[in-house]
Amino acid sequence: MEKLLLLGDEAIAQGAIDAGLSGIYAYPGTPSTEITEYVQKSKFAKERNIRSKWSANEKTAMEAGLGMSYTGKRAMVCMKHVGLNVAADAFINSSITGANGGLMVVAADDPSMHSSQNEQDSRFFGNFAMIPILEPTNQQEAYDMAYSGFELSEKYHTPVLLRITTRLAHSRAGVKRKTVRAQNEIKLPTNLTQFVLLPAIARKQYKVLLGNQKNFEEESEKSEFNKYYEGTDKSSGIIACGIAYNYLMENISNSNCKSPILKISQYPLPRNMVEKITKECETIIVLEDGYPLVEQALKGYLGNCLKVSGRLDGTIPRDGELNPNIVGKAIGMDGAQVKPAPGIISPRPPSLCAGCPHIDSFNAMNEVIAIYGKGKVFSDIGCYTLAALPPYQSINSCVDMGASITMAKGAADAGLKPAIAVIGDSTFTHSGITGLLDAVNDKSHITVFILDNGTTGMTGGQDSSATGRIEDICEGVGVEPEHIRVINPHRRFDKENVEIYKEELEYEGVSVIIPRRECIQTIGKHKKEQKSKEKV
Amino acid sequence: MYSNNRQAQKRTKIEGESMRNDIILAGVGGQGILSIAASIGYAAIETGLSLKQSEVHGMSQRGGDVSSHLRISDKEIFSDLIPQGSANMIISVEPMESLRYIPWLASEGWLITNTVPYVNITNYPDIKDIMKEIEAFGNHIALDAEDIARKLGSARSANMVMLGAASPFIDIPYEKFEKGIRDLFGRKGEDVVSLNLKALKAGREFTETHKGL
Repeated sequence: MEKLLLLGDEAIAQGAIDAGLSGIYAYPGTPSTEITEYVQKSKFAKERNIRSKWSANEKTAMEAGLGMSYTGKRAMVCMKHVGLNVAADAFINSSITGANGGLMVVAADDPSMHSSQNEQDSRFFGNFAMIPILEPTNQQEAYDMAYSGFELSEKYHTPVLLRITTRLAHSRAGVKRKTVRAQNEIKLPTNLTQFVLLPAIARKQYKVLLGNQKNFEEESEKSEFNKYYEGTDKSSGIIACGIAYNYLMENISNSNCKSPILKISQYPLPRNMVEKITKECETIIVLEDGYPLVEQALKGYLGNCLKVSGRLDGTIPRDGELNPNIVGKAIGMDGAQVKPAPGIISPRPPSLCAGCPHIDSFNAMNEVIAIYGKGKVFSDIGCYTLAALPPYQSINSCVDMGASITMAKGAADAGLKPAIAVIGDSTFTHSGITGLLDAVNDKSHITVFILDNGTTGMTGGQDSSATGRIEDICEGVGVEPEHIRVINPHRRFDKENVEIYKEELEYEGVSVIIPRRECIQTIGKHKKEQKSKEKV
Repeated sequence: MYSNNRQAQKRTKIEGESMRNDIILAGVGGQGILSIAASIGYAAIETGLSLKQSEVHGMSQRGGDVSSHLRISDKEIFSDLIPQGSANMIISVEPMESLRYIPWLASEGWLITNTVPYVNITNYPDIKDIMKEIEAFGNHIALDAEDIARKLGSARSANMVMLGAASPFIDIPYEKFEKGIRDLFGRKGEDVVSLNLKALKAGREFTETHKGL
């Protein structure tokens, strides 16, 4: 079969398409974005009529995916690790309802926080939901798991979690395709109350899930993705999970390492395999990218059950992404000599693009802050978070999607004046609308800046779900029309914009200012699209 | 210089008994280092080699420092990341960024860099000091890729000049790079293809003749 050069993200998308996917649901988030984008751009997916538009947020995506699974068709739901927090209610409960058509949830974790506010490990969420977890080692496994994960899901009527990390998501390698499978037809669940989580039914369904735990473990035991490599040196055994296995092999493939190795890429842990390696080896080292999930499980609460080393005892740093050097050092391999970088290099942090509308919004904001004092601006997740850095240093918070409005509200309730929220248009529709409703209901004295650049900028310019309807939404939620001000954030209008900022900050209620100018990155793209349309 | 390059090729083949090129691509978000990565990638596939290439997406793309690890081999490649102290070369489209990745370079590895600074920070060091650091480095090729590209017709093909300058150190036949560029730029028309092929050739000539030692 054909061999493609794919990012880990793209391999997942191709695997799902080839497995007979009917719909993919997602909100953009690094490092998961390229899964859905691949389906959106795929001609083959278009021919097969696979549904792929962006969802408003991860929760709506998860629920829509569950709805498609209910009908018997195969659905995939993709998000970054913190997106799974947003989708958690639906995600955890989907393990109780179970799936009908294959349902695969992809969580892309970001150890080292390359583009995130934390490095939480989604395998804990998978364990919490008590469902099978797949963790690919390389791009081919990412494809194979996306392909076969749906079968596992349908065999036990359970959602399956596919967990990857940034490095695999954004690294390219050759991938062999499998035979393309037809999509499922609509076939409703045989038990039409399965998805009704009334307590009486939920209790039954929960027992089904509990009963399945043994089956999930057996599946892990015989999974092609979990492998036991015998070794003659029993002084120490190595357990390597997911991508950590690559870093291990990078170090030992040309060495005389004779340790037994257990490669784990499917959970729950394969009990017999784990028992074998812990019984035959004096010590165990656990290599896992993310939190010490396996290490903790083996160590036990008091840490005296087994001689296990890893992140908890400092053999491997407690935080941050693994790499071949960290793994090499942990297993006692000497790396090559490393020359330090010259001292004259300056750091080059990311910054707002030249011509970005946010620059003018924050320059005006800083003029207002000079009047009212620092420390009163609650912000959110997006390119505009870069306004925390010099030269702006305008904002004082960035916590989770939508938190700007609600934190400003809480601060206003406490008596902070003025309380300012700054949020992007896409983040506003993701999770800001309900918070705005709270503020309206309390007539909280806040001013919300919805920086409307008409796109989801930080992740590369994906469609924003309510472009052109932001002020209608605000009015619909109950913000008074005279306190919804749309402005053009441009130097030319700086003076009148600062006046508008001041007027609305003085208003003792909810006011919304919408600085509207298109993202400098998408302007070019849209002009090009327009041109090619005109040609046709 | 050319004899050096032969040695460089021989070295990788003798030591590992298999072919392996580990390349760090460096630059600033928005400079398009991925076009170099993609060209080498196409050429490697065309040659029947295995490839792994990690990229940077997300926040750093907004004018921050970016790098890509590109690994080519005739054997299975495990890690997506190149271990420190083992890269065969750094190809950088920006001089200060070329120095940032020195910890990844093998002791006899090559530093191949564009000399035109990209200044989007207030504390950018004196370019003379940067050039001193680069020149202190034995195995280095430093060229004004933008000037070379501009003289050929468009500064936009500077990245292909850089690829050309690095090409003698990569164990892939030259015509495969040409094929890679045709594949990558083909849909943009024959003018773009031929401009980039010229840029590739000019970069290669720079390394082979201009620095002839």
